[in-house]
Amino acid sequence: MRALVIDDSRAMRRIVGTILKDFGYEVREAADGRLALDVLEEGFVPDLCCIDWNMPVMDGLQFVFAVRANPVYRQVTLMMVTTESETGQIVKALAAGAHEYLIKPFTADAMRDKLALLGLLPEGVTA
Amino acid sequence: MTLTATSFDWVRQLVHRESAIVLQPGKEYLVEARLLPMAQQRGLSGVSELVESVRKTPDPAVTRRIVEALTTNETSWFRDGDPFTAFTGTVLPQLLAARRPDERLQIWSAACSSGQEAYTIAMLLSDALPHAATRVSITATDLSRQMVERTRAGRFSQLEVNRGLPASMLVRHFTRAGNEWEISPALRRMITTSECNLAAPLPRLGPFDVVYLRNVLIYFDLPTKQQILTRVRQIMRPDGWLFLGAAETTLGVDDNWERVVLGRGSAYRPRKGA
Repeated sequence: MRALVIDDSRAMRRIVGTILKDFGYEVREAADGRLALDVLEEGFVPDLCCIDWNMPVMDGLQFVFAVRANPVYRQVTLMMVTTESETGQIVKALAAGAHEYLIKPFTADAMRDKLALLGLLPEGVTA
Repeated sequence: MTLTATSFDWVRQLVHRESAIVLQPGKEYLVEARLLPMAQQRGLSGVSELVESVRKTPDPAVTRRIVEALTTNETSWFRDGDPFTAFTGTVLPQLLAARRPDERLQIWSAACSSGQEAYTIAMLLSDALPHAATRVSITATDLSRQMVERTRAGRFSQLEVNRGLPASMLVRHFTRAGNEWEISPALRRMITTSECNLAAPLPRLGPFDVVYLRNVLIYFDLPTKQQILTRVRQIMRPDGWLFLGAAETTLGVDDNWERVVLGRGSAYRPRKGA
């Protein structure tokens, strides 16, 4: 399974990336939405994108709109991973096409639970 | 100071006497981890000092808190997925077909912890059935008074709502209340809460159509498991359904149940004539 972690904080990319690698994911990182689109266009089409909301250049919501506008990426599961926790924000992200929403701070167990919900927990990892 | 063998033994016996839960040797770390905050709150240096002080001056409130600290376990929304998929896919349609429209289905979350299991069921019902509250009632019980109160309150921290609750359900059924999330009053009204020690004779409950008794039996010795399964069967409808934890079974414990495979999981039904 492949994941793209999109966050302008290097520390957060490392935390999310490490959790996903522990679950057996191959992980790439991008520091904003625009760079993440570049990764997709290079041919790294992941099973899962973990997307921060507030980022420079292109924010997480704009990235979700951009990915959902391109049918080539319709298999990609999009999960917001953000400190934004107002109901209105969550509704907005889901309406834009995000599949799930994980609010920071979170634990590795919470990430595992979300992956289980999405059917993206690699075989051998206990739900 | 580390936990002495005598103190561990005292705690083991207390927990077994009050809840029938067996703390095997090797669980010293658990006793330390769960009781140290309580010892520190009382200005004591360690768990052995806490045990000594309760032995010298018995206090039912403190012993109750010790038992509760050692018997409450982690929980999450949609824990293990399968029992809920089976509920909405098979169990609920069969029960609705078998009951009169004016018969209310009764569901029991028998070790409800902070309420996630009971509210997961309530959310599924409210999405599946118009006027769910008039067709179904959910009873949520736990050994711990603190957990029963938490279930009744229906408030969850950010970390708790992150644990397996689909975002679409979060926005549909919860509202923000400061740093917490509060379940909707309509769902809260579907749930009745009470304290219940599964290892003692059960209070007047039921009869239940569905019982969720998950990740509970693993803590008990064989005779207690048998007693619990017998008592549960006595307050279930003959065509009811029992869900156990993924690592639990009635096989080799109580032969009065029939295992039914449901998708990737399984449930148990009272054997006819049992």
